[in-house]
Amino acid sequence: MAKIIVVTSGKGGVGKTTSSAAIGTGIAMRGFKTVIIDFDIGLRNLDLIMGCERRVVYDFVNVINGEANLKQAMIKDKRIDTLFILPASQTRDKDALSKEGVERILNELAQEFDYIICDSPAGIESGAMMALYFADEAVVVTNPEVSSVRDSDRILGMLSSKSRRAEQGLPGIKEHLLLTRYNPERVVKGEMLSVEDVGEILAIKLLGVIPESQAVLNASNSGQPVILDQDSDAGQAYLDTVARLLGEEVPFRFLNVEKKGLLKRIFGG
Amino acid sequence: MSLLDYFRSTKKNTASTAKERLQIIVAHERNRRNSPDYLPQLERDILAVIRKYVDIADDQVSVSLEKSSDELSVLELNVTFPDDKK
Repeated sequence: MAKIIVVTSGKGGVGKTTSSAAIGTGIAMRGFKTVIIDFDIGLRNLDLIMGCERRVVYDFVNVINGEANLKQAMIKDKRIDTLFILPASQTRDKDALSKEGVERILNELAQEFDYIICDSPAGIESGAMMALYFADEAVVVTNPEVSSVRDSDRILGMLSSKSRRAEQGLPGIKEHLLLTRYNPERVVKGEMLSVEDVGEILAIKLLGVIPESQAVLNASNSGQPVILDQDSDAGQAYLDTVARLLGEEVPFRFLNVEKKGLLKRIFGG
Repeated sequence: MSLLDYFRSTKKNTASTAKERLQIIVAHERNRRNSPDYLPQLERDILAVIRKYVDIADDQVSVSLEKSSDELSVLELNVTFPDDKK
C-alpha cells in the first residue's frame, strides 16, 4: 500500500514545491516508486522546479475529468527511473478538484506506487484541503519567521480535524516539521527564531532543517531538484531529511555557524 | 560575535520578542480552534443582553469553554463592569 505524504505550510513562498521536488526525488533515488502531484490548480510550478515544463501534455484535472488517463498525464523523470510527476492544470478554476475525483486517482496510483507526494498550494482553500485530506503523513514546511510559524500552526489544526483520518476516527496524520531558509548566523545574533524556538511553539517532531542557501535558487533556475546538488549544504540537508522520513536516525547538520578565521572574527563579515 | 559587533550598540533581541508574541497568539488561536462554532455568536448575544442594563464595551465580555474532562466542559463568562457603573 502506498504511503501518501502531503507537503504543506499554509503560508506561501516558504519552500513547499522546492521541498516536494527534493523529497520526492530523494525517496525515488532510494529505489521506491514515487509520484509527486502538484495540487496548485491554476498556478502550476512543480513542473518548472523539476525541469519538465515542456513535457506537460495532460494534467491532474484532465485525469479527474476522464479526458486523459494517468499513463498519458504522468511525466517520467529523465534522471531517476522510479520518479513520476503529475502536473497541475494551468487554466481551470481552483474548485476543479472534487474529493471523489482525487480519491479515485489516489487509489489508482496507490496500486502502482510506493510513495505519493502531494505538493499543496498555499492558503487554506479547497486545493490545500484536498492535498491534505487523504494524507498518511504531513511535512509542514516552516520558515523561522512569525507569520510562517503561525500559519503552520493553523495547518496543524486542519491536519488534525479536517483530514480523512480525523473524520473516520483513524490514527492521526503523522506530522513532521521541516524548517527551511534557516540562517544560523542570524540565530546566534538573536535576529531569527531558533530550531528549538519553533519546535517548542509547534510541538511536532523535527524532520529536517534546510539552511538558507544559494544552491536552492541555482537549482530552480536550472530545473534540477536541489537534492541532486549533493555538494551543496541544502542538497545534503534534504538527503538527511529523506533518510529521517524513511525512518533512519541521522544527526542534524548545518545548525551552527561555520567556524571563521581570525581576520573574520576581528572584523566581522 | 566579532570585535566590531562588540562596540556596536547592542540591539534588542528580536527573536525572543518573536517567540513571546507567537506563544501568546498560537495559544489563543488553539483555544479558539478547539471551541464550538457557536461560541462567537453566544458571546455577542450575552453582550447584547448585558447591554440592556449596563453600558459596556465589546472587549469587556469574554466567554471561553474549557474542557476539563471527557464528560465535563466549563463555560466561563467574564464581564468587567466599568468603575462608575458599579
